[in-house]
Amino acid sequence: MSVWIDADTRVVVQGITGHQGTVHARAMREFGTKVVAGVTPGKGGSNVEGVPVYDAVRDAVAATGANASCLFVPAPYAKDGLLEAVDAGIRLCVIVTEHIPFHDMLLMYHYARAKGARIIGPNCPGIASPGKAKVGIIPNVVFRPGRVGVISRSGTLTYEIVNGIKEHGLGQSTCVGLGGDPVVGTSFTDALPMFEKDPETDLLVLVGEIGGTAEEEAAEMIQHGFSKPVVAYIAGRSAPPGKRMGHAGAIISRGRGTAASKVEALEKAGARVARFPYEVSEIVAELARTAGRR
Amino acid sequence: MVKLTEGRGKELFRKYGVPVPTGTIVTSAEEAERSVRSGSVPLPCVIKAQVLAGGRGKGGAVRFASTPEEARAAAAAILGTSFQGETVREVLLEQKVAIARELYVSFALDRSQRLPMLMTSARGGVEIETVDDSAIDRQTIDPFPGLVAYERRKATRALGLTGTLAADLDRLLGNLYRLFDREDAELVEINPLAVVGEHLLALDAKVIIEDDASFRHPEYAEIRDDRTPLEEIAREKEIAFVQLDGNIGVIANGAGLTMATLDVLKEFGGAPGVFLDLGGTDDPKKVTEAFLLMAQAHPKAVFLNIFGGVTRCDTVANGLVAALASVPASERFPLVARIRGNNEAEGIAILRAAGVTSVPDLRSSAQAVVAAAQGGA
Repeated sequence: MSVWIDADTRVVVQGITGHQGTVHARAMREFGTKVVAGVTPGKGGSNVEGVPVYDAVRDAVAATGANASCLFVPAPYAKDGLLEAVDAGIRLCVIVTEHIPFHDMLLMYHYARAKGARIIGPNCPGIASPGKAKVGIIPNVVFRPGRVGVISRSGTLTYEIVNGIKEHGLGQSTCVGLGGDPVVGTSFTDALPMFEKDPETDLLVLVGEIGGTAEEEAAEMIQHGFSKPVVAYIAGRSAPPGKRMGHAGAIISRGRGTAASKVEALEKAGARVARFPYEVSEIVAELARTAGRR
Repeated sequence: MVKLTEGRGKELFRKYGVPVPTGTIVTSAEEAERSVRSGSVPLPCVIKAQVLAGGRGKGGAVRFASTPEEARAAAAAILGTSFQGETVREVLLEQKVAIARELYVSFALDRSQRLPMLMTSARGGVEIETVDDSAIDRQTIDPFPGLVAYERRKATRALGLTGTLAADLDRLLGNLYRLFDREDAELVEINPLAVVGEHLLALDAKVIIEDDASFRHPEYAEIRDDRTPLEEIAREKEIAFVQLDGNIGVIANGAGLTMATLDVLKEFGGAPGVFLDLGGTDDPKKVTEAFLLMAQAHPKAVFLNIFGGVTRCDTVANGLVAALASVPASERFPLVARIRGNNEAEGIAILRAAGVTSVPDLRSSAQAVVAAAQGGA
């Protein structure tokens, strides 16, 4: 068992005929994921490298039993694509698309939630469980099966850290990239309970960044209901207030969202907070050694 | 984000039926005098520089006039001056009103609950951050029905308004929410919302429009905001580029890795001056453009820190080598590279052939670039 995805995950790629969609559908298959369908309105009946393409998500679900979607739909159409997936019965939607207006995302989030569907993203690398499935764009090369869970708001920084874990001879259970936008479908506090009850995860790495209060809320949950060791890293300690640091959500506004506040909350909750990205895997390796086996 | 000046914000308020004082935006002293003489701006009036920086009152950028000549002189004194780095190109001329009470109203995003949030306070006129939490009423709004009547009634009660003022607030909140929603605003704030006689008037307007919605709001593309000229060029080329105060240029891919790189440099005594996020790209030309943009920022040293995932290391290396060839010798800067991940070996070989060494370890590469920046001073 892993978190949100497993060997039975059947993925439909929305926007499969675009460049990104095609490239990452291929990488997902190389990872071992069951990519069963693609959807591009107007291109139904064709195929992309052997994956059948449908005009509508409903058709793809009916024909292939797809139960998860990976969206590469351009931002102006992402809301429509997401609503279509949810209405077709998809209950896990990973949105890779960036620059979706947050007013759209508010509607998407609450619509999906009311229908019992989970959104991961937008502007996210997705989710992967080595040996089982990957929905998203995290590079295959950084992974190796293991018992370290990873939840992160970042993309490449996550790859760097996950790769470091691999270089220390350890591997990952499930890695979730939440995305860098101010409104995300899944936050740390949504993911933590899943890793708590995941028997394949022994230790959790949490990678946060400036902006918002998601890390502080995670710290609260770690203190009161998370039994596994947590190693955290917060990016943006040197970021000045009021500047948007690459991610739309990475901004210190009105005195809230500073790295100092997040580091303090996480340390108070008992997490080991690394000062540098490369320290994360060093601490993970140290904890794994002291625990004897991981 | 697109921050609107008070005057532009008030034009939007007027369009959506949010009451503002009688006034107009002018760009010359003659126009200021004419507006007063013609009666389109009643006297006495207030003349405000249209800049984004705060503290205009104390900084002399807000003046008062009781005659057309005074209005002209006040506008002339402000126009063309520089206020905290911004040139004053426009002034807002509006009727001065007698304020009985100052309230606060805003709509913003509550990131935790993923809902719009209405904030009201009877203690307007001061920065909301300084107001005690118990004096602020907060309500999250479900975006599907939008702001509904009982929520407006709750806000009215929280502000203690009755009679015409209650009716005014009810209408104002509905209109302001419509603006927040339809214009894709990140923030709409009225502080102060003034009680003037029997009615409410928005005496200030703070409106921030979200960048990501620009595909459906082309009208905001022309509005200048607080980007530097280089940041503006980068935006046109879809490269995330932020100018800070230091002298080290950082080119990385991905926001998180870029921020982490800045943190590491600072930790080792360096001062990042520009950061540039390549994002995910498989086009060497974009890498070349990014480097040329970096050269224009004249850094003392540049740190290239790439973890190849979607972006391949050889793509970055090829783009870099092409850029180095076209940077004139006078604008060269010391370069420390660290490229890891997808196609790492190919990328390192390409760089080596061009005389650039890739240092695999983040610690030592960061120290090397800090030393290079200090040495070149």
